[in-house]
Amino acid sequence: MATILFYILGFTALAATLLCITRRNPVHAIIYLVNALFALALLFYLLGAPLVAAWEVIIYAGAIMVLFLFIIMMLELAPDQEIKGPGWLRWGPVLLLSLVLLACTVLLMVADPGSSQEVPAYYASPRTFGYALFKQYALAVEIVSFQLLFAAVGAYYVGRPEQRKKPKGGTP
Amino acid sequence: MIVPLTHVLAFSGALFFLGLACVLARRNLIMILIGVEIMINGAGLALAGGSAFWQNIDGQILVILLMALTSAEVSISLAMVVYLQRRRGTLEANAYNEMHG
Repeated sequence: MATILFYILGFTALAATLLCITRRNPVHAIIYLVNALFALALLFYLLGAPLVAAWEVIIYAGAIMVLFLFIIMMLELAPDQEIKGPGWLRWGPVLLLSLVLLACTVLLMVADPGSSQEVPAYYASPRTFGYALFKQYALAVEIVSFQLLFAAVGAYYVGRPEQRKKPKGGTP
Repeated sequence: MIVPLTHVLAFSGALFFLGLACVLARRNLIMILIGVEIMINGAGLALAGGSAFWQNIDGQILVILLMALTSAEVSISLAMVVYLQRRRGTLEANAYNEMHG
């Protein structure tokens, strides 16, 4: 049952992502990406990471995507700002590159003798997770908190209101 | 759940390369950022799969750290998007091809 669910969710995530990257309107793209993120959160849950699944929904779909939506609505972006020209000229080389890279990756994985080993059932309870995160990886948590602080300061600095130019020279 | 590790990795690789295609093909700065998000999510899926494969919690913790780093990156880069839009009036990546000023 879980196996079938895994494939259904995986293809849902891939299809939603494909729709997301081909939309012209950024708002539509973000809604499709939220859809893909929900599927991905369920995939995380199936892989035995319930806390990661919850945070995927809360942080990614709930915070980051809404931040994107706010920015798009604040800037009042026109939905149709694509460059002229035939679409295949833009997407052709990119698709070729991506497909070749993906095919090479998959071939490498298939050629690996241990590739057919199966992922066993696994479940990490939030208690185990919290112990590992705040004991074994406490330093990493501190560093990440520093980085969030720097990001907040940097975002404030970049987005500060424009100052009026001070008059140069000492004209009284 | 019984799936081969290869399939998990193939899904995450497909997500990663979809994000790469988005970064390379789109010309809107917001869509480029969305492509980066998709790539990061693909990497996170691979990490969670590895965590389940080796019955070890380290991969999941890496996913959480990845989320924190992503939120920092997104806040900075969206602030820069707002700054660029104010300054130049467009989010077309081709409009930013000069280094001066």
